[in-house]
Amino acid sequence: MSVAALACVAIALIPLVSILFEAGARGLQSIQPGLFLFDTRDGGIGNSIQGTLILVALSSGVALPVGILTGVYLAEFGKGRVGTGVRFFVDVMTQIPSIVVGIFAYSLILTLAFSGLVGTRLVFSTVAGVIALATIMIPFVARTSEEALRLVPISTREAALALGIPRHRTILRVVLPSSASGLITGALLGVARVAGETAPLLVTALGSLYGFSGLDQPIESLPHTIYTFGLSPSTAENQAAWGASLVLVLIMLTISIVSRVIVRLRSVSE
Amino acid sequence: MAVKIHVEGLSAWYGAKKAIQDIGMDFAEHEVTAIIGPSGCGKSTLIRCLNRMHETIPKARAEGKVLLDGEDIYELPAVTVRRRIGMVFQKANPFPTMSIYDNVAAGLRLNGERNRSKLDAGVLKSLKAAALWDEVKDSLDKGGAGLSGGQQQRLCIARALAVEPEVLLMDEPCSALDPIATAKIEDLIFDLKKGYTVVIVTHNMQQAARVADKTAFLYLGKLVEFKNTRDLFERPDQELTEKYITGRFG
Repeated sequence: MSVAALACVAIALIPLVSILFEAGARGLQSIQPGLFLFDTRDGGIGNSIQGTLILVALSSGVALPVGILTGVYLAEFGKGRVGTGVRFFVDVMTQIPSIVVGIFAYSLILTLAFSGLVGTRLVFSTVAGVIALATIMIPFVARTSEEALRLVPISTREAALALGIPRHRTILRVVLPSSASGLITGALLGVARVAGETAPLLVTALGSLYGFSGLDQPIESLPHTIYTFGLSPSTAENQAAWGASLVLVLIMLTISIVSRVIVRLRSVSE
Repeated sequence: MAVKIHVEGLSAWYGAKKAIQDIGMDFAEHEVTAIIGPSGCGKSTLIRCLNRMHETIPKARAEGKVLLDGEDIYELPAVTVRRRIGMVFQKANPFPTMSIYDNVAAGLRLNGERNRSKLDAGVLKSLKAAALWDEVKDSLDKGGAGLSGGQQQRLCIARALAVEPEVLLMDEPCSALDPIATAKIEDLIFDLKKGYTVVIVTHNMQQAARVADKTAFLYLGKLVEFKNTRDLFERPDQELTEKYITGRFG
């Protein structure tokens, strides 16, 4: 039994180790100043890193407030049928394949553009990419926030209410700070989740050979660079794709380590 | 003694389950009133109705009159009622992310006080009133969760006193404490009644006998007997009360 389990663990670990090893070994070879200094037009990934940072920052700016407030609603107010309904839809939304979300953002902007509400340039733009990524991030952040808020004991809420502190201040000043580490972890994991998304960006942000040139312009991102450079006939670009992969993996790893450190620090101080 | 809280025809439910039924009693100003009775008799429900904490539980509701200085608390804003009638819970519940100072100042701050010297004065006064000042004066910036159980409970009392309530409700404040910490809190309750009206729910009949001026015995959600503590323990009118205080059930 234990031998079988061990064998399964080994099988499960093969792809992980292989990916880390390949991305590490091959990626390291292409890590050189030029990779970061040049844009994809010249075989570098400078604009991809810039684009990913912009896309992730803007979609976090939209999704974190909305997602956390949805989490607050679910944990603090969503007791009845409406709450159950919202929770169900949020759960369904987290399961929607990201390409479907991409198509949703694409057709949303296309519809708006056809009715003349927005310019047609927005169809393939930073804004479109942000809409797609934020749509993926919101339900994820909402659920992790709800779980974090639920961990705050009722006795803590009661202590605040019994001091004559109104419900909304109790939530803002007592419940949210008490669950800060959970909220931050959820937010970071949400960031990590969208930082690696490729499919929805193919039909929204499109990709670009140049650096950021406006919210209504297409924008490059690391996953998209890996996709195009990986399929490219040029060996130099194939090599740069490995570099981009390593950078992306390192970003993910950093986020996940930072979130663990936050959890550890918070739990030690308490 | 003047009546501070007048209760009339008070019933309370959790969903369809009735927890207390048609309670009527007066709580006198500057007295300690104890509420005793076996587990599940509605003691906690009763005092939670006095500062409208009962209704914070989903599906809980209450009917009847509770008058604070003649005003119906169910017609006042709940936050006003809770500011005037403070509460200490069974399990000490300091705010986990706040320092000792911030815990005590929390009520003042969250009710809008910003002036640092007023906050300092309020914290000092409340910690002294809760007999905790000498033990924590050098560690006000440390977390409240690092204190012992008894200290945490006194911190919660200080936090409740900081908003200067008129009444202090205590829901089995010593049930999680050792005898020494319990004795400290009991001494404190004795001092507190000079400035406050105190209502204490307790499991412990000796405790009621030690601290309370008047004692109420609740059984199955009904008020069985309510009179001077000494009379209740020495000359109970009801057979049920006598059985309970002599330990024949409960």
